[in-house]
Amino acid sequence: MSDKPKFAMYWAAACGGCEIAVLNIGEKILDVDANFDVVFWPVAMDAKYKDVEAMEDGSILLCLFNGGIRNHENEELAHLLRRKSKILVAFGSCANEGCIPGLANFSSPEEIFATAYHTVSTDNPNGVHPQPVTQVPEGELYIPRFYPVLKTLDQVVDVDYFMPGCPPESHQIAAVIDLVIQVLHGEAQLPPKGAVIGAGGSTVCDDCPRERNVKLIKEFKRIQSFDYIDPKLCLLEQGIPCNGPATRQGCGALCPQSNAQCIGCYGPAEGVIDYGARLITAFASVIDANTPEEIDRILDGIPDPAGQFYRFNLARSLLRANKAAWSVKA
Amino acid sequence: MANQEQSRGDAPQFEPVIIGFTCNWCSYRAADLAGTARVKYPPNVRLIRLMCSGRLDPTFVMKALAGGADGVLITGCHPGECHYIEQNYKAMRRYMLLKRVLAQLGVEPERVKLVWASAAEGVRLAREITLMVEEVRKLGPLHWGKPNGQAAVPEAIETAEVTA
Repeated sequence: MSDKPKFAMYWAAACGGCEIAVLNIGEKILDVDANFDVVFWPVAMDAKYKDVEAMEDGSILLCLFNGGIRNHENEELAHLLRRKSKILVAFGSCANEGCIPGLANFSSPEEIFATAYHTVSTDNPNGVHPQPVTQVPEGELYIPRFYPVLKTLDQVVDVDYFMPGCPPESHQIAAVIDLVIQVLHGEAQLPPKGAVIGAGGSTVCDDCPRERNVKLIKEFKRIQSFDYIDPKLCLLEQGIPCNGPATRQGCGALCPQSNAQCIGCYGPAEGVIDYGARLITAFASVIDANTPEEIDRILDGIPDPAGQFYRFNLARSLLRANKAAWSVKA
Repeated sequence: MANQEQSRGDAPQFEPVIIGFTCNWCSYRAADLAGTARVKYPPNVRLIRLMCSGRLDPTFVMKALAGGADGVLITGCHPGECHYIEQNYKAMRRYMLLKRVLAQLGVEPERVKLVWASAAEGVRLAREITLMVEEVRKLGPLHWGKPNGQAAVPEAIETAEVTA
């Protein structure tokens, strides 16, 4: 083994998009290889958990942890990698705020398992329903215990830096890797612990070139039901549910520039305590109505408000999960 | 589950904690008036004075519920009578959207209410508070996020943020 600093990347409840985003940085990946010894990265190389356990505490310099904490195995690896790593980064939306896997927090575990194993789309003729412990002739088999409420990385371990995005933009990853390499060479300093890295502080609206006119609207409509979208005018002011006003800048407002609404993958902007609450305020303020009946009619244009406002952020919001998910004993 | 606590004869009655956000110009004075007029209402509501119902950020409601409150009462001036011309309409729009979101999260509609009360309506406010306390008492404790009954403000929201 070389004496280069060690690098690790792990996925918990995630889709693998974060790993693709890291590989998407192009030739910069060669800088990673030149400056780091990759010791653990299940997607890219073979390594066992026991190899990580055998490492000295704090011996991994940089660990990018993506994915939410869905089950016992995820949490165990979070604790293990926290112990072995000097710098632990919550990498990507899932580790930061739950992201799409966190939407499961709208349902109880019973509903989740029923959908996964017993609906028409599942080919499960024997009605197999996996159990944490199974008896087989050779002995007992264990699978990781499922948590009723998905947690974010910082809800289970101490996190050094937060890097949002679903996935983080490749140019932002490249900039962060550049910074870490500069730090290694003594040319730069690390940001203060707890900082959000690879993103700005303000909102997507600040990067969005569309024009805002404080216009009020009489109707919300889903984007697919529009015949024409004004390419210059703010999407929210055209009645398209756009999450830009509460979402952290970092992507360069890619979606609004492509005539699509911001869905909020970079998470809450600086100072936003509850992402959905901020969006409730933003959306309510463009509604042009003063009577409950009229307001109700306009709100009917957003058929799934909680899904709209918490698509990425439910596990990190103040309420974090549906009452049904909370009422299950862990 | 909610009613069991009440039906047990010897068990102490469940006392809900309700956070009340009141407008400085109307409902806070209505509560004051109820006090000076010796109108009785249950002590379960903890009033917080805002300058206007339009100041109510939905974050306040979520934080109250996540932090252990069993219900939230929002009060403001009657439509058309706002001290700041029309901010109570803003409060109403936010409230109506907030209610839809809370319903999807499984919060019963009785737990979060919007009530209009002018400075002269101390009796009306006292009646609404009494009504709400009884409704929430029937629903039982919320205990958000803690099935074992210890509510707490979720960690990691108090920290000041630094962006690099």
